[in-house]
Amino acid sequence: MFKQLAFGAAAVLSMGLATVAYAAEEGGGHSGGHVEDVRFPFEGPFGVYDQNQLQRGLQIYTEVCSACHGLRYVAFRTLADQDGPGLSEAEVRAYSANYNVTDKETEEDRVAIPSDHFPHVTSMNAPDLSLVAKSRAGFHGPYGTGLSQLFNGIGGPEYIYSLMTGYTGVQQEQAGRLYYENTAFPSGWISMPPPLSGEDVEFVDGSPNDLHNEAMDIAAFLMWTAEPKMMARKQAGFVGVLFLVVLSVLLYWTNKRIWAGIKGKKA
Amino acid sequence: MSGIPHDHYEPKTGIEKWIHTRLPIVGLLYDTIMIPTPKNLNWMWIWGIVLAFCLALQIATGVVLVMHYTPHVDLAFASVEHIMRDVNGGFMLRYLHANGASLFFFAVYIHIFRGLYYGSYKSPREITWIVGMLIYLLMMATGFLGYVLPWGQMSFWGATVITGLFGAIPFVGDALQTWLLGGPAVDNATLNRFFSLHYLLPFVIAGLVIVHIWAFHNTGNNNPTGVDVRKGSKAEVEKDTVPFWPYYIIKDFFALAVILLIFWAVVGFMPNYLGHPDNYVEANPLATPAHIVPEWYFLPFYAMLRAITDDLWISQFAKFITGGIIDAKFLGVLVMFGSILMLALVPWLDTSRVRSGRYRPMFRWWFWLLVVDFIMLMWLGAMPAEEPYTSLAAIGAAYWFGYFLIVLPVLGVIEKPDPIPATIEEDFEAHLAKHKAADSAQATPAE
Repeated sequence: MFKQLAFGAAAVLSMGLATVAYAAEEGGGHSGGHVEDVRFPFEGPFGVYDQNQLQRGLQIYTEVCSACHGLRYVAFRTLADQDGPGLSEAEVRAYSANYNVTDKETEEDRVAIPSDHFPHVTSMNAPDLSLVAKSRAGFHGPYGTGLSQLFNGIGGPEYIYSLMTGYTGVQQEQAGRLYYENTAFPSGWISMPPPLSGEDVEFVDGSPNDLHNEAMDIAAFLMWTAEPKMMARKQAGFVGVLFLVVLSVLLYWTNKRIWAGIKGKKA
Repeated sequence: MSGIPHDHYEPKTGIEKWIHTRLPIVGLLYDTIMIPTPKNLNWMWIWGIVLAFCLALQIATGVVLVMHYTPHVDLAFASVEHIMRDVNGGFMLRYLHANGASLFFFAVYIHIFRGLYYGSYKSPREITWIVGMLIYLLMMATGFLGYVLPWGQMSFWGATVITGLFGAIPFVGDALQTWLLGGPAVDNATLNRFFSLHYLLPFVIAGLVIVHIWAFHNTGNNNPTGVDVRKGSKAEVEKDTVPFWPYYIIKDFFALAVILLIFWAVVGFMPNYLGHPDNYVEANPLATPAHIVPEWYFLPFYAMLRAITDDLWISQFAKFITGGIIDAKFLGVLVMFGSILMLALVPWLDTSRVRSGRYRPMFRWWFWLLVVDFIMLMWLGAMPAEEPYTSLAAIGAAYWFGYFLIVLPVLGVIEKPDPIPATIEEDFEAHLAKHKAADSAQATPAE
């Protein structure tokens, strides 16, 4: 049987070898694309969103990002999710009233209500941020296989954090547009001016608002907008795994018992 | 079913007899489930059940996803986000469906390589094998069509690249591509027909799966020795086989539970690991992604497609003798489809009369090299189309064809096989004795 097991093991083994070999490449010297592996509270199988952090991130989005970027797939009502920022119903209603949306039926502009989505901002040609934490991969190695994501995660929030903190202060003009040097952006030069520089927002609870903390908070908030059901998913994963462990053990003993007669062993 | 003599269903009560004379469906199910199965099957024979489960899972989750999905270029991407955010359990349905495709292909590759190693394609199981290859081809079509539906960047550009392959066919290519797309480019008409076909093909697969099972129930399963079950009498059969129920159903279910354990952990804890981040960006015909990469299960064949570049001597040669009709692009398409055709033709390319690779000392080396080649091509398919990757892919593609067209035909003539057990029973007993010896050897130091 062991010879045959090698059959399946071959694939796993070659993957493993590649993983061991990767370490050197990740830190390679490109001008851009350098993503720092920071720790978020929602990482790992048991990681959960930090509600306070999501609320701080929402504040940063509202006061800074929303000037240019939309969140078109996120409904205001979801800000009340217990697995999300967990605002109260009144807070959600007050928050949504800050926005104007175009009514789908009357096609007239009106004040937003909780069942509306964040507006789709297109004015600045800036990408929508709803899914950005899932549509960017921070980690690619080794050798472009992405196998390191098995240990580091895909790296979307890390990418956002690194982008926020990766401005070097150098800028250049190209074809009438200003580009800013950024160590995380793949090409090294990004057209978005540095959105955060530290102390851009004041948190009511006095949480630190230096660049590092602001970047962490906005990255966490955007992870939530991209994957609002993450905690429910992990819970389903945990329950399912537990159930399947028990089922596997039971089936293992059943199988052993059934075959005992054929294999001439005592059951 | 016919083939191997065994006990058949006997209706006993009045109602059973009444049904049986009108529709012998209970007998059909009984014979299917009680089929005598070689005693010595190893753990590589569990993937059939995994595949059957995958098909059921994909159809079940797919049918519910369709209830919430909108096949329109302006609405498709948003409707998928609606499933992820608003539909009860929608995020699990979609992640199960997306990762279910990966499990499906993972299982089918092991299933295929199992067949290649143990000679399951050899007489008299050629039709089982060919039907299996048709299923695999339809799986690839279904997987590709399904990947287009979320209408992300990779959906759109993948569809553009793959339908472009048909455009490379000389003379009729352009017309064929337009016909497939329903227009000059990938657009709403394309999305609608892909959606329709993505829903249709799984049911064609289900039909072929029945034929696949029917075919090998008629010949009986292959087994790790490749030795036939003795069919002289029922008593002889019973020495070599056990009924499928309960022996193999319980064994297969155990294996399935373990595999699902891993699968469920992937879905629960890292559901986007196997996907491409770019597919969370809505399709944009004006912005081409830096690297267009298909899903992992297509990578080996994608690597072979891209390996055929203009400067390879074989492209130059093909261009020269056909007067330019076959250019490098079309040759790449031929190579890609040809590589799958090789698998379909293997029953007639392998000249060895020994079925199982276990008794073929030279074959084993070439076989494992093919497995390594396949994994290498998978890696190369994800790399950018530049040196040294394209040259490596060309070597990989050459070995793939070499294995089927040169190695298998020649080995059958020059190879001296190892001694083969006379019966399955003999192999089974030898295996048991070895285990018992190992058990007692282990037990001794403790005593």
